[in-house]
Amino acid sequence: MSTNASQNAVYARIRKNPRFAELVSKRQGFATLLSVIVLTIFYGFFMVVAFNPNLIGQRLSEGSYVTVGIAAELFMFIFFWVLTAVYVKRANGEFDAITTEIIRDASKEVK
Amino acid sequence: MLARLNLALLALLVPALSFAGDAISATEKQPLNLHAIGMFVLFVSMTLGITYWAAGRTKSASDFYTAGGGITGFQNGLAIAGDYMSAATLLGLTALVYTKGVDGYIYMIAFFAGWPIILFLMAERLRNLGKFTFADITSYRLNQGKVRTMAAVSSLTVVCFYLVAQMVGAGQLIKLLFGLDYNIALFVVGALMMVYVTFGGMVATTWVQIIKACMLLAGGTLVMVLAMSQFGFSFETMMGQAVSLHSLGEKLLFPGTLLPDPITALSLGLGLMFGTAGLPHILMRFFTVTNAKEARKSVLYASGFVAYFFNVILLMGFAAIIIVGQNPEFFEGGKIGGKVIGGGNMIAMHLAKAVGGNLLLGFLSAVAFATILAVVSGLALAGAAAISHDIYARVIRKGKATETEELRVSRFASVGLGLVAIVLGIAFEKMNVAFMVALAFGIAASANFPVLILSMYWKGLTTRGAVAGGYAGLVAAVLLVVFSKSVWVTVLGNAQALFPYDQPALFSMPLAFLITFIVSSLDNSAEAQAERAAFDDQYVRAQTGFGAAEASSH
Repeated sequence: MSTNASQNAVYARIRKNPRFAELVSKRQGFATLLSVIVLTIFYGFFMVVAFNPNLIGQRLSEGSYVTVGIAAELFMFIFFWVLTAVYVKRANGEFDAITTEIIRDASKEVK
Repeated sequence: MLARLNLALLALLVPALSFAGDAISATEKQPLNLHAIGMFVLFVSMTLGITYWAAGRTKSASDFYTAGGGITGFQNGLAIAGDYMSAATLLGLTALVYTKGVDGYIYMIAFFAGWPIILFLMAERLRNLGKFTFADITSYRLNQGKVRTMAAVSSLTVVCFYLVAQMVGAGQLIKLLFGLDYNIALFVVGALMMVYVTFGGMVATTWVQIIKACMLLAGGTLVMVLAMSQFGFSFETMMGQAVSLHSLGEKLLFPGTLLPDPITALSLGLGLMFGTAGLPHILMRFFTVTNAKEARKSVLYASGFVAYFFNVILLMGFAAIIIVGQNPEFFEGGKIGGKVIGGGNMIAMHLAKAVGGNLLLGFLSAVAFATILAVVSGLALAGAAAISHDIYARVIRKGKATETEELRVSRFASVGLGLVAIVLGIAFEKMNVAFMVALAFGIAASANFPVLILSMYWKGLTTRGAVAGGYAGLVAAVLLVVFSKSVWVTVLGNAQALFPYDQPALFSMPLAFLITFIVSSLDNSAEAQAERAAFDDQYVRAQTGFGAAEASSH
């Protein structure tokens, strides 16, 4: 894919902008944190399924059919989805605002 | 007998995005179902109308591959959900909960958990770097010819195996639900798919998927609500009866035979999670939206619909234990606990009939057919894009093909893929094709995903590394599936499997990463230096979207 010279100049300017480094480290840090949370809970749950299956069928309270497994899974469905909502809100708001600003500055300087 | 049924179900469910296998093929053709056919005709006329409208708006390559990049996040979210939830989700997973209880729920979370990861690590970079196919991203700063050829080969392998599994399942399901002959059913599916894709491109395919997703969500919800009303909407009442009536009893609440050992559990989790992130038809959907903002929203909506629907299926499966499992009408010879009429995959359909009569059964059958059509259309489009955009336009013509020529090739490719799907579907009618979807996911996770993610995140990636790792993942995934029980024993008739697990991802995916890493690191050619240097500009574009493909205006 060919990129023309003026586009490369903009890329170079964006790279030099300290706001770009800030955007990348903030967003990447946030995305990594959320990924680690999801992966830890998910594979943690799978480890319990693999190594201690009896815990999965344990009831939360006497006479109820809501087990540890069912409650944990329902929690994951809801919590993971809430995390996606949190990421989308912050990325589409805060992070995209910085992005727009960075691109505007870099394009202006080139012209 | 029960063990065999379980085995058949497991085979069906390993590829839960598809459905196939002997639970269906062992069944008889059913009488013509007029409600179902009526509703299906309605769906087809609606989608053909949309295709006619879409054909008028499909002029450029961008229109054809990505609907001009003008789909909104909400629309794309529905379409992704439509692409992702196949008839197996509805039929196979309901049946899994019905027979194995909470095992089915564990399976569903594995199918869901990939989505947040795709959002956090990939969605915005995919949109910012890609144009029509995911090979646009992997070949962004690498050798176009070699990397695109590799990506196209593995994409087409994934698409073909997936397509055949869908077609065989479709033929058997339609025979069962509509009373149509297997071959006629394949021609109907293949012909409709060709019409949607060839004339309407991504616009028509997207709308077919959106309509189907709405039908699936509405149909499932209706069945679930009607079923739950029989228990006064009480989960506890329903579960109490289910546990006391089911042959597994209390074991319904514990993990069972589906995840017999930690390796299987882990390999399955990896394969489903990262296989999803390497499926060409799913990745392609990220290029249909306006910008990274909408790409993120797509995942938010898609994962919301998927999560919701999986929970609906859990309730349907448990309710069916009482409503279907205790009704002699649904068992052969009226013997409760005997063989379910139409096979294990018919549980959801029987439940619809029990709670809503023939009308609801007809509706749900039409939903199942629509679901198959939407999934095969998405697959055919992704395959056609790999042939026309990657192989023809970039590798053979080296970027010199005109848009008209490229479009013509993509239309021929769609028709060709449709014919291949019909022919292979007929050839594989009697075979257990369950392994094909396991293979598709395995290849997607082992050949597509490692190269794709490294191309976006790792500066050190070079052409040699990407090509070596990609082909290694492809070959390893294919070999491990061939040596696994589902091919080596079930298809080839050997006594003992050489590879003891069904899902190859835990082994083939790390291998692909390792080889890509080693070969790239040892590569000191001038080309490799230039490729590493080009990463910096790619990185800025991936992060900011500056220079990304824009939506064409209509």
